[in-house]
Amino acid sequence: MTIDTPALAPVERAVRVLGGDLTERGLRQHLEGLSGVDAVGLEQRAASLATRSIKTSSKAWALDRIIELIDLTTLEGADTPGKVRSLVAKALVPDATDPSTPRVAAVCVYGDMVPVAVDALGGAHGDPDDGLVSVAAVATAFPSGRASLAVKLADTRDAVAAGADEIDMVIDRGAFLSGRLGKVFEEIAAVKEACRREDGTSASLKVILETGELASYDNIRRASWLAILAGGDFIKTSTGKVSPAATLPVTLLMLEAVRDWHRLTGEHVGVKPAGGIRSSKDAVRYLVTVAETVGEQWLQPHLFRFGASSLLNDVLMQRQKLRSGHYSGPDYVTID
Amino acid sequence: MSRLTVPKTYKLFIGGKFPRSESGRTYEVATADGRFLANAAQASRKDARDAVVAARAAVAGWAGATAYNRGQVLYRVAEVLDGRRAQFVDEIAAAEGVTAAVAGRQVDEAVDAWVWYAGWADKFAQVAGAGNPVAGPFFNISVPEPTGVVAIVAPQGGASLAGLVAVVAPALVAGNAVVVVADEAHPLSAVSLAEVLATSDVPGGVVNVLTGSPAEIAPWLAAHSDVNALDLAGAGKLDWVDLEIAAAETLTRVLRPEPGVPERSLDRILAFTETKTVWHTKSLL
Repeated sequence: MTIDTPALAPVERAVRVLGGDLTERGLRQHLEGLSGVDAVGLEQRAASLATRSIKTSSKAWALDRIIELIDLTTLEGADTPGKVRSLVAKALVPDATDPSTPRVAAVCVYGDMVPVAVDALGGAHGDPDDGLVSVAAVATAFPSGRASLAVKLADTRDAVAAGADEIDMVIDRGAFLSGRLGKVFEEIAAVKEACRREDGTSASLKVILETGELASYDNIRRASWLAILAGGDFIKTSTGKVSPAATLPVTLLMLEAVRDWHRLTGEHVGVKPAGGIRSSKDAVRYLVTVAETVGEQWLQPHLFRFGASSLLNDVLMQRQKLRSGHYSGPDYVTID
Repeated sequence: MSRLTVPKTYKLFIGGKFPRSESGRTYEVATADGRFLANAAQASRKDARDAVVAARAAVAGWAGATAYNRGQVLYRVAEVLDGRRAQFVDEIAAAEGVTAAVAGRQVDEAVDAWVWYAGWADKFAQVAGAGNPVAGPFFNISVPEPTGVVAIVAPQGGASLAGLVAVVAPALVAGNAVVVVADEAHPLSAVSLAEVLATSDVPGGVVNVLTGSPAEIAPWLAAHSDVNALDLAGAGKLDWVDLEIAAAETLTRVLRPEPGVPERSLDRILAFTETKTVWHTKSLL
């Protein structure tokens, strides 16, 4: 069998790590040379991280931090401008009974809803570090990714032009699983390029690996490295449309890739588990995993996010419980 | 009696499953003359919280079932309970220190109560509902609807099975889901009744049985925002005024303590219903 060796787009990160003449062959050798994942060890480590006892004061901090890290998401075929506006209202004031509740990091919508979200946010649209709310858009034929590159790039440019601060792209899992790693790499690099705005700044790129379709931990490790090498600012577990979505072991594995990248280059890459995280208890476990894998510095909106919708209500109910001393119920948070 | 000589550990009944207490605690259940009988799970506030979540999830399905179907299911409980009569007689006789004849009468009373309340399921709405007279071309109809999640403190220290059924069955008739704290001293028949419920078409989560200390669990249930009604039948020895105050904070309907085993009554069914009144035009012409 011959291994094709076409040259790849000269992405700066990949060039630094793999050398000047970047080819598919070089990329493949690098990714296949990654050590295999000890699945039992990984799952045990994740399970042990899930058993930490969290005291009340830490829990109060954790709940607020979870809210600040949420990408409040609505990705339904039935989304309407009204639905997006109510999502934005909730992002700005998650709990009307408690003005001290922080805002979420971003709202995540389909590309055509970006103008609605930007308009609804108005002056509150901006960087989560400044207490404002970003707009994230899914692009590249989300969730399947089954479209030509031209369509994917147009999708991305549309969303960026409409004011999206962050682009959540999906990788071509079909290409990845059939070994066409170069194609996946090229697409990420091209979408990254399409994230540029006219003024020279760039929308942040989250690369969705859809780990539920990647079949093995080894593949997830390779895909994580591939996405980082190709220029992703964030690696994200799932679209939320495929089960299993985010799991603790998978997130731990991706955090390890990010940690290793940081050790190798000093660069910070973010991680976003998405889908299936519905309870505060689960979310706190993710915080523990982040803090113990890459360090507490990662617990900020530019390096860690939760892709979630129903999680927010559970966190709000837990906050109300801490404040009032009695258990709250779904009648005391908004329906979305 | 039983061929199995290892004493059974009785567990909780939450969401159709039999989990241990989240706290890992158990307490010893003794016979009337003080001998060890079995270990029972000692529920914590988090078990109560989980039970309320399970009950909330079950309300829609149970309230949405037809009244006729609910009646059939409650009758089925009576059938399965009657089929396990011998086990309940043994348990009650051992735990409460009564003769087999007295225990048998208690089981009979419990079976009769299930049948009695099963019969009401498709009839109480006719009694409590009404077509109201109005001065206009409208039908005006009032119908009773289930209140939602009902938390119950079962009668304590007496007839454990009959007491439990006397408070749980009426709450189920209208379509409520129930979280009940069983008789603390005699919890075994409550857990065995849960086994009956689990095998008699009652959807998981419609009845949740907690064993342990009502004094510990009841305040959490009373103050819980997602509990719609509180039946304090067996809370006479607790500080139930405080429970009523806590319940009022979140607009929870309260039924006050009652000594002994509550009588079968239509009032106990209607206590956990809300009246819905609708207007409807007489004609669209």
